[in-house]
Amino acid sequence: MKRHLLEAADLDRGDATLVLDTAAQIDTALAGREVKKLPTLRGRTVVNLFYEDSTRTRISFELAAKRLSADVINFSAKGSSVSKGESLKDTALTLEAMGSDAIVVRHSASGAPHRLARWVRGSVVNAGDGTHEHPTQALLDAYTIRRRLGRLEGVRVAIVGDVLHSRVARSNVGLLHTLGAEVTLVAPPTLLPVGVGSWPVSVSYDLDAVLPKSDVVMMLRVQAERMNASFFPSAREYSRRYGLDAPRMAVLADDAIVMHPGPMNRGMEIAAEVADSVRSTIVEQVGNGVSVRMAVLYLLLGGNPTA
Amino acid sequence: MAGSPEPAPRGAPSFGAPSPPGGVLIPAADLARVVDRMAHQLIERVASSGSDLGLADLVLIGIPTRGAPLARRLAARVEAFSGTAVDAGTVDITLYRDDLRLRGVRALESTVLPTAGIDGRLVVLVDDVLYSGRSVRAALDALRDLGRPRAVQLAVLVDRGHRELPIRADYVGKNVPTSRSQQVRVHLTEVDGVDEVLVTEGEQL
Repeated sequence: MKRHLLEAADLDRGDATLVLDTAAQIDTALAGREVKKLPTLRGRTVVNLFYEDSTRTRISFELAAKRLSADVINFSAKGSSVSKGESLKDTALTLEAMGSDAIVVRHSASGAPHRLARWVRGSVVNAGDGTHEHPTQALLDAYTIRRRLGRLEGVRVAIVGDVLHSRVARSNVGLLHTLGAEVTLVAPPTLLPVGVGSWPVSVSYDLDAVLPKSDVVMMLRVQAERMNASFFPSAREYSRRYGLDAPRMAVLADDAIVMHPGPMNRGMEIAAEVADSVRSTIVEQVGNGVSVRMAVLYLLLGGNPTA
Repeated sequence: MAGSPEPAPRGAPSFGAPSPPGGVLIPAADLARVVDRMAHQLIERVASSGSDLGLADLVLIGIPTRGAPLARRLAARVEAFSGTAVDAGTVDITLYRDDLRLRGVRALESTVLPTAGIDGRLVVLVDDVLYSGRSVRAALDALRDLGRPRAVQLAVLVDRGHRELPIRADYVGKNVPTSRSQQVRVHLTEVDGVDEVLVTEGEQL
């Protein structure tokens, strides 16, 4: 494995499978245990450097590091010297001078983790950068699919919604392709990125045509905070054409699953009865996130720190 | 380490003896006999321990890779000889090792405990080769997080000496004095397709 995890392309098929297998072993090893703690990263320090709001990702990384006995420092831009104008580089060097072994970074600027990785000696894990990548989300999604369906090779995954702004979609396309799944992007033309023709995916504008041929439907959040132009006429129209509601769910194959990276806009891209149905893996994804991030931290930090 | 005061099996060579030449230490036919003898020792020790722990309380926990099939074999032999079903399991110690920084990360193996758990029971850790004792220490640390056995003992197929920690096996298939430059390799059909114990010269792998 590489020293950093910045994007899905950092993982070849062997590495990605190793992460998923490690997460599965950690899951079974910790299942039903009274002490959900492992001594593996004792004495290591993991900094959660979050320049953007986050609930599940930050807590998930914090829990993962703590379960491996690492010391965790949570840094959020609010209430820090960032509000006094300290740069990303100076903040990172400060944290490293205090002895951090890994930096988990979320930033609104695409590429920020890549810059960071060149400035620090420790490992950098991308926890979401702008509209670029969110590799651990893709890993936990792949892990969830593999657990539910038993395989990834040949699994037909429809990724539906705001692909343009979605780092989750970008990372998932890369990782799922690496792992042999077939990805179809479904979105209005305005919400597809310009270069999508070069991605290893098929593209459709018609959700109803894709649903019966899908094993996995991954709904993306409509990112109102990144919508600085009108990408669709109205929320109601978007929901009618690209939202997953109960009648649409009914055409899915019997064992097909519905995923969402969260946070959800219930009633917008996904109806409440779909989100709460037995097909939905949304809560499961959150739980799996901790195991997958434990696996990532173990594989990046467990070994020789100078390697 | 929960131990018993009994000495190592009589007739085994002491560590003062010269190192054996390389080659096959235990051939396939003997390996089954060695496992049978260890099973008998287990039954005898548990029966005569005087405590209220019986064979039904016994749990054989193998340390992967090769301790795991070894534990299953021992459990099967104990059951065949005594008529009492014995639980077997495995505990992966990778995340408890103290040499991860030296030797790098490796893939994890499975941890499988019997459904009845290990609380209040007699756990016998099973490994193929006892060397520095560090694997056993890691296994003891792992066990502490998994439950609270009444007592823990250790069974190994080969004890090759050179302990770095105050750890001793309760059941030993064969004591083999070795030099540090030698390798002791246990091959089991479940993992390697063949049953044998080899001693080879030269560095690890």
